[in-house]
Amino acid sequence: MNRSQHIFGSGLVFAVGLWVTWVSYTQQPAEAFLFPRLIASVFVVLAGWTFGKAVMGLSKVGNGVTRAMFINMLPGLIITLIYVFWAAKSLGFYTATTIAFFILLSIYDPAPHSAAKSWIKRGIITTVFVAVMYGLFAMLLNVYTPREILF
Amino acid sequence: MEFIYYFGEVFTPLSFMLLLGGTIGGLILGATPGLSPTMAVALLIPFTFQLEAAQGLILLGAAYTSTVAGGAVSAILLKIPGAPANIATTLDGHTMAKQGQGARALQLSFLASAVGGIFGVLLLIFLTPVLAKWALAFGPSHLFWLAILGVTVIGTLDSASVVKGLLSGCIGLWLATIGFDDIMGAQRFIFHPALGGGINIIAALIGLFAIPQVLTMFAKGRQTDGAEVIEVQRHSILAAFRELFSRTRALSIGTLTGSIIGLIPGVGGQIAGLVAYDQTKKFSSEKEKFGTGHSEGVIAAESANNAMVGPSLVPLLTLSIPGSPTAAVLLGGLLIHGIFPGSDLFDNHPDVAWTFINSMLIGQVLMCIFGLYVAGLAARVAQVPQSVMAAIVLALSVFGAYSVQGSMGDVYVMACLGIGMFFLERFGFSAAPLVLGLILGPIAEANFIQGGMIADATVGKASYFMTGGLNLFLIAVVLASIAYSVWMELRHRRYTTKEEAQA
Repeated sequence: MNRSQHIFGSGLVFAVGLWVTWVSYTQQPAEAFLFPRLIASVFVVLAGWTFGKAVMGLSKVGNGVTRAMFINMLPGLIITLIYVFWAAKSLGFYTATTIAFFILLSIYDPAPHSAAKSWIKRGIITTVFVAVMYGLFAMLLNVYTPREILF
Repeated sequence: MEFIYYFGEVFTPLSFMLLLGGTIGGLILGATPGLSPTMAVALLIPFTFQLEAAQGLILLGAAYTSTVAGGAVSAILLKIPGAPANIATTLDGHTMAKQGQGARALQLSFLASAVGGIFGVLLLIFLTPVLAKWALAFGPSHLFWLAILGVTVIGTLDSASVVKGLLSGCIGLWLATIGFDDIMGAQRFIFHPALGGGINIIAALIGLFAIPQVLTMFAKGRQTDGAEVIEVQRHSILAAFRELFSRTRALSIGTLTGSIIGLIPGVGGQIAGLVAYDQTKKFSSEKEKFGTGHSEGVIAAESANNAMVGPSLVPLLTLSIPGSPTAAVLLGGLLIHGIFPGSDLFDNHPDVAWTFINSMLIGQVLMCIFGLYVAGLAARVAQVPQSVMAAIVLALSVFGAYSVQGSMGDVYVMACLGIGMFFLERFGFSAAPLVLGLILGPIAEANFIQGGMIADATVGKASYFMTGGLNLFLIAVVLASIAYSVWMELRHRRYTTKEEAQA
């Protein structure tokens, strides 16, 4: 893992540590922040130590994210973000799950894209999975999820 | 012998069905590489909301026990450990399978798991009530230090870097303070409306354990694992039974090592399996056979990793300190039913406590019986493409997080924590101490505040928290766990540097 990734990762954690410490020591009522102050003090020291080590190039633990990994992961991550933060609520859980599931299968399934059989298989897997989820959550557990379009 | 009175509860139709379902499902999930026992239990929690506390725990306990044993199937037939606890099983188990002795290896693995598991649960049965009574003597300062101990032990022993492990624990403790303060009602760190009610533990557990694995599967791209399932030949179960009890040294070393390691918070099944394998090899007269498909290797590793399960719950059920990440998830399962571990559990909810523990005992037997039948199917499930597994786990996580309290906020928190944890793990941080911090944070804070009030009215904070035999003992253990881990890290680094220099 390269040094810049260590610096970025530990720098972000250190920034959060500084913010937590600042909020803990400045917000009122002080009594409500006694425990957060205790944690924040240790948090910021450890985060500062980790960041310092990263800056000096002494950080060794962690494999980082390689370019190939990131490129592989990116489409899945984008679909996940759209599914969680927009589609699930706007389209309804089951519709959004059907679409996201099918797209994820299509992107990551090792079966060839050119074969019609692969697409039929993906369609069947998606349909069966969403039907099982509907049976489990809507019928068995009675969990009422947002349903905007279709079901 | 109170536990005997509650055996009948395990055999009510619904309880037994849940035990059976949890065992068979756990065996299949355990065999699936990439689905850890902790993640399996976390994803199952939403399914327990509508169940009675005891029944919910039966399902979670069965899944915990059988996922650890199920991991042996893929370790033996695919050379891919289903869970870290099964790494040592691969060494001899897969070689046996390649030699056409897959059925023998599987039979020995499940029989050894059952023997180890039953011993571990018996230890849980006899140790827990005694320790729970002893825990009654604990005051706020002791409970505060115990909570800190839980975070530091896992933070230091479960992480490759001591500082990053402790830092993960601190992040978890901080996350636990988000929301409204219980005493003053003040808002703390609420930087988004979704955090108004604080971070829901179940949603956080699902996110922290499931989403990083989903992203890891995405990061592998369209590749297949390429593992071929080795066909299993028939083998007499009676012969396996006889062989197991003729290898008493491996069985007893594995069982004892697993039980002792299970009692130490934070050490876990991976270590138990490897230490038992190593010790059995040391004491064996057939040392040279280890690694070449020797049945003692499978017996030692599998008896150890299942013997660890019962004792790993002792600190949880007596002191509210989860000894492992999976125990932390089980604590979440207890808390959603309004039950707190410790003497309260055994005094006020003995039916829940004993039904759960008894079900783990019966579950070991069921796991052994069904493990042998489900092994073939489980190995096929283990070949399901990662794309399908990733999509299934993602959807289950979203539905599971939402079903906690019907809030989209929980789904957002689950996703944010999960994605954040994926990157933190890549930078060397660990999920286990973070989860422990999140779960033990409220316990630590409540006792810190309560202890502070007592201290202000009596001897002062410093004396109250830093003096007294038990306080000093707990502080010493906290410091010792940190010092030991630092020493181990420095020693490892020195050896690594030497090897690098020689290379």
